[in-house]
Amino acid sequence: MQAEEIVGSRLTNQSLSRWLHSLPGVDKVGLEARAASLATRSIKTTSKVWGLDMAIKMMDLTTLEGMDTPQRVRSLCQKAMTPDMDDPECPTPAAICVYGDMVPHAKAALGKSKIYVAAVATAFPSGRASMKVKLQDTKDAVAFGADEIDMVIDRGAFLSGNYLEVFKQIQSVKQACQRPKGKPAHLKVILETGELQTYDNIRRASYLAMLAGADFIKTSTGKVTVNATLPITLLMLEAVRDWFDQTGELIGVKPAGGIRTAKDALKYLVVVKETAGERWLTPELFRFGASSLLNDVLMQRKKLLTKTYLGPDYVSVD
Amino acid sequence: MRLDVKKTYKLFIAGKFPRSESGRSYQVKDTKANHVANVALASRKDVRDAVQAARAAQPGWAGASAYNRGQVLYRIAEMLEGRREQFVNEISSLTGKTQKQADAEVSAAIDSWVWHAGWTDKIDSVAGSMNPVAGPYFNISTNQPTGVVGAFAPQGSALVGFVNTIAPAIVSGNTVVVVTSENLSLPALTLGEVLATSDLPGGVVNILSGKEAELSSWLVGHMDVNAVDLEGTSNPTELEISAANTVKRVIRPGTYPREGAKGNLQHILDLMEVKTVWHPKGH
Amino acid sequence: MFDYAPAPEAKLASFQKSYGHFIGGKFTKPANPYPTINPATEEVLAQISHGTAKDVDLAVKAARSSYEKVWSKLSGAERGKYLYRIARIMQERARELAVAETLNNGKPIKETRDFDVPTAVSWFFYYAGWADKLDHAGLGPNPQALGVAAQVVPWNFPLMMLAWKIAPALAAGNTIVLKPSETTPLSALLFAEICQQAELPEGVVNIVTGFGDTGAALVGHKDVNKVAFTGSTEVGKIIAKQVAGSNKKVTLELGGKAANIVFDDAPIDQAIEGVINGIFFNQGHVCCAGSRLLIQESIHDEFIKKLKRRMSTLRLGDPMDKNTDVGAINSADQLAKIKKLVKKGVSEGGELWQPECKIPRNGFWFAPAIVDNVSPANTVAREEIFGPVLSVITFRTPAEAVTKANNTEYGLSAGIWTEKGSKMLKLADQLNAGVIWSNTFNQFDPTSPFGGFKESGYGREGGRQGLLSYLKAGK
Repeated sequence: MQAEEIVGSRLTNQSLSRWLHSLPGVDKVGLEARAASLATRSIKTTSKVWGLDMAIKMMDLTTLEGMDTPQRVRSLCQKAMTPDMDDPECPTPAAICVYGDMVPHAKAALGKSKIYVAAVATAFPSGRASMKVKLQDTKDAVAFGADEIDMVIDRGAFLSGNYLEVFKQIQSVKQACQRPKGKPAHLKVILETGELQTYDNIRRASYLAMLAGADFIKTSTGKVTVNATLPITLLMLEAVRDWFDQTGELIGVKPAGGIRTAKDALKYLVVVKETAGERWLTPELFRFGASSLLNDVLMQRKKLLTKTYLGPDYVSVD
Repeated sequence: MRLDVKKTYKLFIAGKFPRSESGRSYQVKDTKANHVANVALASRKDVRDAVQAARAAQPGWAGASAYNRGQVLYRIAEMLEGRREQFVNEISSLTGKTQKQADAEVSAAIDSWVWHAGWTDKIDSVAGSMNPVAGPYFNISTNQPTGVVGAFAPQGSALVGFVNTIAPAIVSGNTVVVVTSENLSLPALTLGEVLATSDLPGGVVNILSGKEAELSSWLVGHMDVNAVDLEGTSNPTELEISAANTVKRVIRPGTYPREGAKGNLQHILDLMEVKTVWHPKGH
Repeated sequence: MFDYAPAPEAKLASFQKSYGHFIGGKFTKPANPYPTINPATEEVLAQISHGTAKDVDLAVKAARSSYEKVWSKLSGAERGKYLYRIARIMQERARELAVAETLNNGKPIKETRDFDVPTAVSWFFYYAGWADKLDHAGLGPNPQALGVAAQVVPWNFPLMMLAWKIAPALAAGNTIVLKPSETTPLSALLFAEICQQAELPEGVVNIVTGFGDTGAALVGHKDVNKVAFTGSTEVGKIIAKQVAGSNKKVTLELGGKAANIVFDDAPIDQAIEGVINGIFFNQGHVCCAGSRLLIQESIHDEFIKKLKRRMSTLRLGDPMDKNTDVGAINSADQLAKIKKLVKKGVSEGGELWQPECKIPRNGFWFAPAIVDNVSPANTVAREEIFGPVLSVITFRTPAEAVTKANNTEYGLSAGIWTEKGSKMLKLADQLNAGVIWSNTFNQFDPTSPFGGFKESGYGREGGRQGLLSYLKAGK
C-alpha cells in the first residue's frame, strides 16, 4: 500500500503528525505489566531446546567498536560459522553486524557461508550528519556487498515534530539500498528508543518507519544507556502485528543491546509468540542484536545436553 | 587466655565503612575514663561526601514503594534484635547503665524501628486528603519526603536517641546524614553495620562520628540539604540562622522526646512536604 | 512450533489424612468427616471435619476467654509484633501455601504464587503496623476493640480472604473464629499451623470448618460481637436478617456485575489486557470481575476482533503447570451454574464465542467465553455468573455508559478506559461503585479500601477505613 493511501491524504508534516497522533495511546504501567507477566512463562525441556536454537538462528552477531580491526571481524565471523566446535549440528547466527568499512573483511571471512552481513550506516550511532554524508555512508556499504543496512532515524527531527523529514530520510536510505545487479539490501530502521523515551513516541516512530519502507524496525544502537527492553519490544511487535492487519505487509522487529542471557532471549521469544504470533518466530522477521548473548545461549544449550553447568572456559571467545 | 579481636570503628557513608578522609581519630572512653576505642573523627570533607551520597540515594529510596521501605525498616529491627548483646555491652560500658537498663534501651530501640516501619504506608492515609474544593476539580494533597536531612543525634543517648533521630527521617523516603553523640558514638557506628545488612540501600543513612561543634556549620550550611534536626547541637540558634539562608526546614532541640519505644507522627511530617494536585472533572 | 513444554511446579505441600478444627491453640480430633478435593482432578486431598453448633460454641468460648484474659491486655505494639511474625512465617512458607491453595482451589499456580499469597502476606504486614497506631484510625484517641469477631470467607481466594479478615481484626484487638468455605479449607488449616509457629496466644484465632449450617451457627452465636462475611449476595441477605436487632456489628462483601467501560480514546492494547484480566483472572470467580464489557459502539468490531485473538493465547489446563492461565472451576455446582446461565444468554440472543481449548478429562472446566450482542434487558447482563464469561454491551456516549453501568442492583467495582483525565474523573464521580479502576483492573493493595455500594455489600477492607468496622470509639 502507498503511504498516502495509508495516511489518507497527501503527505505533509501536518497530515503525518495528525496520523501519528491519532494512533491509540500506550499506558506505560499496563504495557510494562503485560511484559512482566509474559516474562513469567516457564520454558523447559523440548521448548527450551527449540528456543535456544532459534535464538542463535535469530542473532545478528555484532561488533561495533571504534577499535575494530580486520582480524577482529574475521575472528567474529569464524565464531559465527562454528559457534560450538563440539557440535557440528549447532545452528549459526543469521548475520554479522559491523561498521560499513568492515564489510569487505566480513564478506571475505564468511566466504560461501549463508550468514548475512549487516552494516550500520547513516553516521551511526548519532545520525548527526548531512544527508549527503549519510547516503554516501549507505551507498558505500551497499557497494561493498552488505546484505542488510541498519540505519538510524534522525531523533532530533522526530522530537522536534519534523516527521516529514524523518520519513523522507528513511525513504532516501531505502532508495540507496538498491543495487544495479542483485537484490537490494534489506533495511532495518533503528528508532533509538532510549532517546525517544516515551512509549507513545516509540509507537509513532515505529509507524513512521514502516510507512517509509522499513523492512525491520530496530530498537537501539546499543550505544546509549537504555537499549532494548521487553516492554519496548512488546510495543513494537504490536505495531508490526497491527500493520500487517492493516496493509498486509510483513515487517520484522530487532531488539538490540542489553540482551545478555539465554533466559532473556527466551523471554523475548515468548513475547513474539504471544503478541505478533508464531509467524514472526523466524530470522526473517525477528532478530537479536547481541554479542555476549551467543556464549550464554551456547552454555545453556550444552547444559541441556550434558546436564551439568558450564563455565566460560568451555565456550570459545570471539 | 585468648586475646580477643578488637573492632575498628569507622564512618558509614554510601553503604561503605571508610575512615575519615582527614585521617584523624579520637578516643572514646568509658565512665571510668578507661580507653574503649579510637573512633574516626569526621571532617567537613566527610560531611561533603556524605551529603553527596545522601542526595544520590534519595530518588531511589523515595521511589521505592512504601511497602518495600516498611519491609526494610522491619528488617533493621530483626537484625538489631539478633545482635542485642553487642549493643547492650557497648551501652553499659559507655554510659554506666546496668545490664537491665541497657537491655531496656535496646528493646526500646528495636520497638521504635518496628513502630516506624509500620508508618511507611500509612502516612498519606492519615495526613493526606482529598479536598472538596468548590468547583469541578479533583483535588488531592499528598505528603512527599523533603529530600536530604542533616541531623545531630542527642549527645546523652547511646542508641535509642540515635534511632529516634534517623528513623523518622527515612520512613518517608528522605535520606539522612547524621552526626552521632561525640562520647557515646559506638552503638551508633555499630548500628551502621546493622543497616548495611538490612537491605537498606547505601547512602540512605550516613553516619559521622566526631565533634558536633566542628561539623555543624558545614552540615547546616550545606546548600544541598533540605532540612536539619538540631537535637544534639550546642549552638542551635546560630545554626537556625544559618539554615535560613536556604530556607531549610528546622527541628529545634527538645521538640520531640527521643528515649521512647515509639516516635511521633508530627516529627515524621516535619520532614515532609505537602503537594496538592488539581485536575478538572468533566465529559 | 514453540509450544511450551509441561512446566510443573514441585508438589511442595503435603496434607494430613484428616483434620479437626483449630480451637484454643490446638487441633481437635477429627469428627463428622467429609472429603475436600482438587477440582482439577477430582482426587480427594483430605478429610475435613463438618463443624457442629457445639464445635462453634467451643471456638467462641475460646475466643472470648483469650480476649478477656490475654489479647485485650496486650499493648498494640505487642499485638503488632505477632502480626509481623505471622507475615514473616507466611513469607517463609510462601511456596508451600501457594501449592496448597492451587491444589484445593483449582486456580493456576502462577496466580497463587504471584498474587494470592504475596497479597495475603502484605495484608498482615500492613495491619501489623496499625496495631499500635489506632489513635490515628479516625475514631479519636484510644478506640476499643469489639471483642469476638465471627468471620466467614469464600472459596475464590481462600487464603487471601482469610488475611483480609484476620489481619485488621487482630490489629484492632479482637479475637476471631473463622469459617473457611467448605470446598477450600486447607489453606486455613495450614494458617492455623502458622499461628502456632508464631506462638500466637491460644484462642486468639480459631478455625472451624464446615458448611453453611456451621457458618449460620457461628453468625448466630450470641457471644459474638462482630460478623464479617464475604460471599454471595443471597447468603449476605440471610446473614443481615439473622443479626437484625442484635448488638452485632456486621460487614458484608457480596457479589457484583461490574461494568468495564472502554472508550474510543482508550489505550487499546492495554484495554484488551484489562478486559481479559477483568473477567478471566481467577476463572472469573471474582466478586469485582469486569463481567460486563461496555464498549463504545464505534470501536466494537475492531475491539472484539482483538479480544478474540488475545483470548486464543490463554492456556487452560493443569493448575500446577506454571504456564497455565485458566484453571479449573471450583466445583461441580459452580460449573453447572455457569453452563446454565450461558445457555440462557444464548437463548436470549447472545452470540457465544470460545477459543479452542483442550479440556482435561477429569475435573471441572469451562473455556473462557464472550457473549456478544447482549442488551441490558438480558439475563447475562444482570445476573452474576461468577465464571469466565464476558457479556458485551455497546454504548454511544459517556452519559449512556454511566446509565448502563449503574443499571444494576450491584455496585462493587467498575473500569474506565480512556486517555482523557477529565472524562475519567467525572465518570468516577458518577459511577455507583465502591472501587473504580481506570486504565487498569483488579488492583488490590492493603492500603486501598475495597468494598461495595448497594447489594454488593457494605463496609470496607483495606486501608485506614478497613479498621473502622473492628473498632468502636474509646471512652
